[in-house]
Amino acid sequence: MTVHWAHVTASYALVLGGFLALGLGTALRHAAAKRKLLVLDPRTRRGKSVP
Amino acid sequence: MDTAPPNTAAAAAPGRDRAPAGRGASLHRFANPGRFLRLTGRIQPWLVGSALLVLAIGLPWALVFSPPDWQQGETVRILYIHVPMAWLAMGGYAGLAIGSAIALVWRHPLADLACRELSPVGAMVTALCLATGSLWGKPMWGTWWVWDARLTSVLVLFFLWLGHAALVRAFDDPERGARMGAILALIGAVNLPIVKYSVDWWNTLHQPASLTRLNAPALHVDILYPLLVCALGFTLAFAAVVLARTRAAVMERRIRALQMAAARRADTRE
Repeated sequence: MTVHWAHVTASYALVLGGFLALGLGTALRHAAAKRKLLVLDPRTRRGKSVP
Repeated sequence: MDTAPPNTAAAAAPGRDRAPAGRGASLHRFANPGRFLRLTGRIQPWLVGSALLVLAIGLPWALVFSPPDWQQGETVRILYIHVPMAWLAMGGYAGLAIGSAIALVWRHPLADLACRELSPVGAMVTALCLATGSLWGKPMWGTWWVWDARLTSVLVLFFLWLGHAALVRAFDDPERGARMGAILALIGAVNLPIVKYSVDWWNTLHQPASLTRLNAPALHVDILYPLLVCALGFTLAFAAVVLARTRAAVMERRIRALQMAAARRADTRE
């Protein structure tokens, strides 16, 4: 692998890794909030789902 | 100007769908967390799907199918991700400034939350812009970094993003934190024209803009088209992440309000 390709690979890995980490973190946070809300919110316990 | 709905609207009254009448009413229609969650719950899967689809086209195009540059060789491929990160860093900050103005003037509770959730994502794309620029600069310029006007003003932009993210979380009272963050975001907006025109105002190592007009770009279509597709894909991904974070923040605020209400009920029973 040439130096040029090494730099290209590192750049794409950084950007895709960064966005993947952001997306994964957000999805986990979203799922946790939704789960907690299902337990706490009386409206959702009556059968109304969290949007 | 209308009086804003109480800030607890974002927390405690998800079922209230009435918006204030008069000016600003259309803006406040979306301050209702129940309506916001319902609407964005429908948009979110489409946003994520379209981001993945556009990136699935754009990234292989940029990485494999576009030709190498006659001067830069394969390193030109870094620009397909560096330029969208730079556009998102600046466009996102303009969005932060607009959101902050809305939060300050109309006291819109969702604008506060959106700005709070936007700044860590903005800091991330600005850091990626600086890192990919550095990775491009080493083989092209022979150095990772120079203190020229463009690079330095983008570094200042990165610190503004970080400063906003830290400031809004630094106060016990979230409203006060949001107000301070909004003021910082508006003051920091002065940096945007400096970033944009730094390559024209000063003699910089960074090249001037190649894409000032779409009908007469300085780029060949073999480079321009994959660049535009990648920019669209990353913009959709950025919007999807910010929207999902804002949705999570709205739900977390509702959870806090419900927990407070439960604690108050327990206090009165004792």
